[in-house]
Amino acid sequence: MLRYIIRRVLWGILMLILVCAATFVLFQVLPTVNPAVLRAGRNASPKIIHHIEVEFGLNQPLWVQFWRYLKHIFLHFNFGYSLYSGQSVLSLIENRLPATISLTVGAVVLWVVIGIPVGIISAIKRGTFLDRAAMGTALALLSAPVFWLALIAIYLFADELGRWPILPGPDSYVGLTADPWMWFKSLIMPWLVLSATQAAIYSRLLRGNLLEVMGEDYIRTARAKGLPERKVIWRHGVRAAITPVFTVLGLDIGALLGGAVLTETVFEIHGIGLLNFDAISHSDFPIVQGTTLLAAMFIIVANIFVDVGYAFIDPRVRYS
Amino acid sequence: MSAPLLEVQDLRVSFSTDDGVVHAVDGISYSVREGQTLGIVGESGSGKSVSSLTTLGLTRSPNTKIEGRMLFGGKDLVQMSDHDLRQVRGNEIAMIFQDPLSSLHPFYRVGKQLTEAILIHRHIGKSAARARALELLEMVGIPDPKGRIDAYPHEFSGGMRQRAMIAMALANEPKLLIADEPTTALDVTVQAQILALLDDLQRRLGMAIVIITHDLGVVAEISDEISVMYAGRIVEHASTREIFAAPQHPYTWGLLRSIPRLDSPRGEELIPISGRPPSLINRPSGCHFHPRCPYAQETHKRIDPKLEPVPGARSHEVACLLAPAVRASIWQGLASGRTPEQLLPLAAASNPAVAAVPAPAAPGEAE
Repeated sequence: MLRYIIRRVLWGILMLILVCAATFVLFQVLPTVNPAVLRAGRNASPKIIHHIEVEFGLNQPLWVQFWRYLKHIFLHFNFGYSLYSGQSVLSLIENRLPATISLTVGAVVLWVVIGIPVGIISAIKRGTFLDRAAMGTALALLSAPVFWLALIAIYLFADELGRWPILPGPDSYVGLTADPWMWFKSLIMPWLVLSATQAAIYSRLLRGNLLEVMGEDYIRTARAKGLPERKVIWRHGVRAAITPVFTVLGLDIGALLGGAVLTETVFEIHGIGLLNFDAISHSDFPIVQGTTLLAAMFIIVANIFVDVGYAFIDPRVRYS
Repeated sequence: MSAPLLEVQDLRVSFSTDDGVVHAVDGISYSVREGQTLGIVGESGSGKSVSSLTTLGLTRSPNTKIEGRMLFGGKDLVQMSDHDLRQVRGNEIAMIFQDPLSSLHPFYRVGKQLTEAILIHRHIGKSAARARALELLEMVGIPDPKGRIDAYPHEFSGGMRQRAMIAMALANEPKLLIADEPTTALDVTVQAQILALLDDLQRRLGMAIVIITHDLGVVAEISDEISVMYAGRIVEHASTREIFAAPQHPYTWGLLRSIPRLDSPRGEELIPISGRPPSLINRPSGCHFHPRCPYAQETHKRIDPKLEPVPGARSHEVACLLAPAVRASIWQGLASGRTPEQLLPLAAASNPAVAAVPAPAAPGEAE
């Protein structure tokens, strides 16, 4: 098991290096615009631009630049500096991460708490009005784009903007430590919007799994033992049907921690997603590189967690 | 002779599906006495598993229609409420299934699944249940029960899994054990071990067994009586000795001739029953077996035979339109190595009116 984990971590690091190479090519080799020009600002003299090129090492061969880039990241955790503000990318990320984590954790709790019971009940009550209503709603939520849902939510409930102004609107996020109550209130709408689609996906996933599991031979065995149906469903059915949900959940958390760009943008939550969005609109390549790398890292770590965790959930899985 | 433990009377089970009504069990009756073993034999889709699952109410659903009576200790299992039936399941009547790997929950340890079976029906403590589970594993011949009780099903071999399933079924000392193809998924040597185990446990515990199989060889050793099912009906019923000595139904002949025998000459081919089991939605007219029967006559397409006693034999019943004397001579011919084609005139001669009409050779559905 330990060997397996070590192997997976090493593979993960290799993956990160590959992602670095990809982002390097994408943001430092392919763009036609000279970063030094962006950094220098308007009406900069060629002398200043040349000075910046030398400072950033832009006049050196690409492989030297890449090697330096890798060294900075893996040895010094230095992701570079914003071309506009000159702030370090790492400090920007550190600054923005709490908002993204707040958004992710709340949304995950919400969609798990809603999606899983709805999925189970729909499967048990298959074909009934309840099932159809739940699955119909799920389909509608699945089909609605997140930014559209977010705009509707703001239109209906946001302070100053909404028909029923009961919740803080965009750009109201404050840190948890600064004002816990405001933190909570400001995140209610983003949480709901972000979890709506996910709850729909999870309920459909779990419903499908559970229906399949309930046809398994071991469910028949559980019934033949004389177990009450409620225990057959929960102890034998749900236990087996829920394992694939963990996989998806792990990967979803990993992906969201890399920034929920749409939700953060519409609600103006200053998290990783919005940081990324702003950086892209300004061609602030070091930030985009940094956030891309961060997102990749979260997904790789989530993958390792899911694979290792699976051995604990499913006894048939053993790594050697 | 003691009163029957389970008496099934005219049981009918049908399922409504999108394609039509499936008549899985079509009016079967049988009974099992305490300590006795009944073998129910038939191919896939003959309704044998459905009838046994119905005993425990496991076929109950809004799309299922169950008629007839299943008297167990004087109570009708068909009419019993779900709640009452649950008290019977795994307690007075237990069941084991074909594939022990898929029948055991992959995520729970064997010991946990055993103690669960015990604790459903017995109000004892967890440690007492665990002690009982160890005792059961020991009883079914699992070596080193203490070391194996906390293993997962996938860590057991196929034979061990079926032993564990049997242990689970016997947890509450049932009066009746229903074994649905208990050896089909196992190696031949393991099959013999499991059958010997069932036989031994029956003797020690005095329970009745209904064993369901497609393999007459399996029931030959262990059954007292055999019912042969075809298309949802019992087409022949007799003691095991009678079935092998003087089988009456052409379908039974087919089953017997498709068993490999050690004493048959090397290189001799096994003879399969031609055609496929009929659809249970649009069943053949007349005798349901006529499309596949080498001896079928024109009248057999119209007349539906009833299960009737065989003249001169004790408790031997058959549903066949051939005359008893004709059946006897055909079986004699088959037993002496002649082919159905050679024996066909015997069947035709029994019915002079239609003797000229060739029997339908090609399998298929009647209109």
